[in-house]
Amino acid sequence: MEKKSKKRKTFTRRDFLKGFGGGALGAAVVPKYLPPAPAVLQTKEGKIPHYSRKQITITVNQKNYSLEVEPRETLLQVLRERLNLTGTKMTCDRGECGDCTVLLDGIPVYSCLTLALRTDGAKITTIEGLADKEKLHPIQQAFIDKDAYQCGFCTPGFIISSVALLKGNKNPDLEEIKSGLAGNICRCGNYSNIYEAVSAASKRMGSS
Amino acid sequence: MRKRKELSGIEEDSLLYHEEFRDKETEEPAVLPAPEKEEFKILGKSTTRIDGQKIVTGQALYTHDIKLRGMLCGKILRSPFACAEVVSVDLSEAQNLPGVHAVLQLRTGRVNYAGEQVAAVAAVDEKTADKALRLIKVIYNPLPFAVTEEKAKQEGAPRVHQVANVQKFNDYSRGDIEKGFKEADVVLERNYKTAVEVHQPAETHASIAKWDGERLTVWDSTQAIFNVRDGLARVLKIPASRIKVIKTYMGGGFGSKLGLNDYTVVAALLAKKAKRPVKIILSRKDNSLCVGNRPSSHQTIKGGVKKDGTLTALHLKNYTCGGISRGDQCSEPIIDVYRCPNLKVEEYSVFTHTGASRPTRAPGHVQGTFALEGFMEELAAEINLDPLELRKKNYSTKNEGDTGIPYSSKGLDKCYQSGAEKIDWQRRNKRPGEGKGRLRRGLGMASQIWWGVGREETLADIKLHQDGSVQVVCGTQDIGGGTRTYMATVTAETLGLKPKEVTVKIGETVYPWCGSSGGSTTTPSVAPAARDAALKAAEYLKQQAAKKLNLEASEVVIQDKKLVNKNNPSQSVAIKELLGERLWEKVFHGEYTGRPSEFAYNTFGAHFAEVQVDTETGQIKVLKVVAAHDSGRIINKLTAESQVIGGVTQGVSTALFEERIMDDSTGNPVNPNMRDYKIATSLDIPEIIPLFADMIDPRINNLGSKGLGEPPRIPSSAAVANAVYNAIGVHIREIPMTPDKVLEALKRKEVAR
Repeated sequence: MEKKSKKRKTFTRRDFLKGFGGGALGAAVVPKYLPPAPAVLQTKEGKIPHYSRKQITITVNQKNYSLEVEPRETLLQVLRERLNLTGTKMTCDRGECGDCTVLLDGIPVYSCLTLALRTDGAKITTIEGLADKEKLHPIQQAFIDKDAYQCGFCTPGFIISSVALLKGNKNPDLEEIKSGLAGNICRCGNYSNIYEAVSAASKRMGSS
Repeated sequence: MRKRKELSGIEEDSLLYHEEFRDKETEEPAVLPAPEKEEFKILGKSTTRIDGQKIVTGQALYTHDIKLRGMLCGKILRSPFACAEVVSVDLSEAQNLPGVHAVLQLRTGRVNYAGEQVAAVAAVDEKTADKALRLIKVIYNPLPFAVTEEKAKQEGAPRVHQVANVQKFNDYSRGDIEKGFKEADVVLERNYKTAVEVHQPAETHASIAKWDGERLTVWDSTQAIFNVRDGLARVLKIPASRIKVIKTYMGGGFGSKLGLNDYTVVAALLAKKAKRPVKIILSRKDNSLCVGNRPSSHQTIKGGVKKDGTLTALHLKNYTCGGISRGDQCSEPIIDVYRCPNLKVEEYSVFTHTGASRPTRAPGHVQGTFALEGFMEELAAEINLDPLELRKKNYSTKNEGDTGIPYSSKGLDKCYQSGAEKIDWQRRNKRPGEGKGRLRRGLGMASQIWWGVGREETLADIKLHQDGSVQVVCGTQDIGGGTRTYMATVTAETLGLKPKEVTVKIGETVYPWCGSSGGSTTTPSVAPAARDAALKAAEYLKQQAAKKLNLEASEVVIQDKKLVNKNNPSQSVAIKELLGERLWEKVFHGEYTGRPSEFAYNTFGAHFAEVQVDTETGQIKVLKVVAAHDSGRIINKLTAESQVIGGVTQGVSTALFEERIMDDSTGNPVNPNMRDYKIATSLDIPEIIPLFADMIDPRINNLGSKGLGEPPRIPSSAAVANAVYNAIGVHIREIPMTPDKVLEALKRKEVAR
């Protein structure tokens, strides 16, 4: 056991582990590493903290938006909370599941790992922007036909990844579909139907 | 004698998880008319989901997506310690942070697992709430803990509850076990281990609470709106009649969203305090800490068999670890699947300082089947018998190992036959591991049993509107299985409509009562209730038409939105016309009233797996799984196949990857995310072939349908493990079968030689 003579004011990671190891008593968890308090802004909603923001202009589903974002805001947060495009889902919030996949200038990205600041000037496509008014994108239609979903929460991410896959490879075989969708997780486990949907859509898109 | 439990634990209120699961006695049910033999036009065929368009366009609203005016973000501070005394909680700084509208202390005294709620805040947005959490000063007095089974079982280990950490919870026997062992030609004893799994639904747990005076509305990502309502009434001490719970779309639950959750209560309390709606979304990490898990198991089976394959005795001892709550009862498969006159079961819970378990898609059965079916495979090899023949040899036609009441219907034999045919069972290695070379292939199989009956008193209404439109209403919830769609197909079939022409309303507690969506009970509860209401509606329409057409009601049939004289099809009246003459809508109440109690009702299935094992790297690749199921009449082939595909995928994932790993030095999980907690992805998926016996159970309900949610989840892990045994000749008795365990097993084989 270490000596307990020195009393540190701050709580460190070492204290934390020590506390577990020896069942030491009296360890206080009071983090002191908070950033300085932000300025306060008076709004209709009451007082809220104010952070510095930067203006960005993005095109989402062919609509232009000009908005001020904080440096910490992710594209996912902006889409869901500011633009109310909730079709893009947050599942892991750390780039592990693919449910938040959107097209950024045609390339599939995890929007939870993409800072909104860095999308200034970009064209973004979300699940809400795929259908041509009432006419579904062939991949969307194929997902319905092949029952390529269960709870449906991962579906927008899978569809967007599939769009990107078929853009680069018009006629993928099963292995190519599998690797093309390897960045998305379907917890209900409906992968087999998803492959079928993508394959069916590729045929439909090729013939039209 | 063991008391028969009906889906134990499913209805359990999560706040009461310390309590022993209640026994639910089934009441004497009324006898239903047997399902009709008529040919259906829509039922049994493939119908695409009526809500598909909403899902694929991102318009389906999940609890995560719901926004209310003035809604605050609620966040919960959780204990970082597995066991500690909460000495003090200072909320003052958090309270004073601009943007914070309510703070709550949730805990005094002892916290018993990392992740237990300590305090909560509601603030204008997420970042302010996060900041407020960091301003809460909690002084903990950390106490010794045990987060693994091994440590908790040791003498003098820190106790989780006042009682000892190891508690017997199941003791069952029939026949004479010693006599059974004496009769055996071969007796084997084997140990099996299964890991703690985490549900990891895509949509993390979430609740929104909103007060209007004394009335509370809760939007919840739940599998059980009525459980949530009644639980809230109990905890908040307000009448259930003043609470409304709504579930719109839901991103998976797998059992982890079955009861009232503590954070839902917190959302309600914060909303009350702040006088504004509050939404709480749990984090991915919380999922590994505090919203349930599948308990691990550590099973020993000793069994005896005669040379001809007759089982003479089976003895199961199980240590199961479900955190601060009871582990899983893993003995149902061994008690029920095979005819075995002499049986003994002893099951023990091992309490640890980890979050409480929850039912996880086929609780206990996944673990129990892995052990039992692995054991059968080794027994078969020992007496040099085809493993499928061994199972057929011990086929039972009554429950409880042929000592109970007869099954109302049992199509396991059909599943054996169709599954074996489809996978070409003869291809298997006649002696396990007889193949040569680096890459070895093998075939394995496993049987499945589960309940899958409906809940009595499930209600559904059918509304016929004056304009001819039809609505079917039930307070059930679609957790991903396509409930809306089969409600529409059942209604459409009976009333001569297309499924898309039926409007389906579900997911609110103001609708007619329905139980939780768990235990594979939803389809056999809701579909018969909807069918009952639809049959009543059809009868009414026939009578009205008969009056109009001057016929007997029995002469009228429903066809394509019309009521037609079956003897003279040119004579007809449109449904719309009949209803248009009414002054208001007509409502029909349907109910699922139960089934005769002198029969046992179970679902059955058999999975056949083909694998390839790389003997140099220890990597297992599952190539193919044929999944044959008897779940009664299949109502929608398309969504039923999806259920099976999903179940097999999760079973493969369990067999190869899934394990929550606890750190004995910090008391926390080391993999509380979706990367280190590995889940099967598209690269790991075999070819999956669903097959259905499609037998119509003559008694269970008016459709002859049983549940299908859990069954396909049960045998695939075991079938994969058995296929690995067939490939390499050494049984890996522990899942997940990670490469290190495969290599270890191969080494064991070398040594044995």
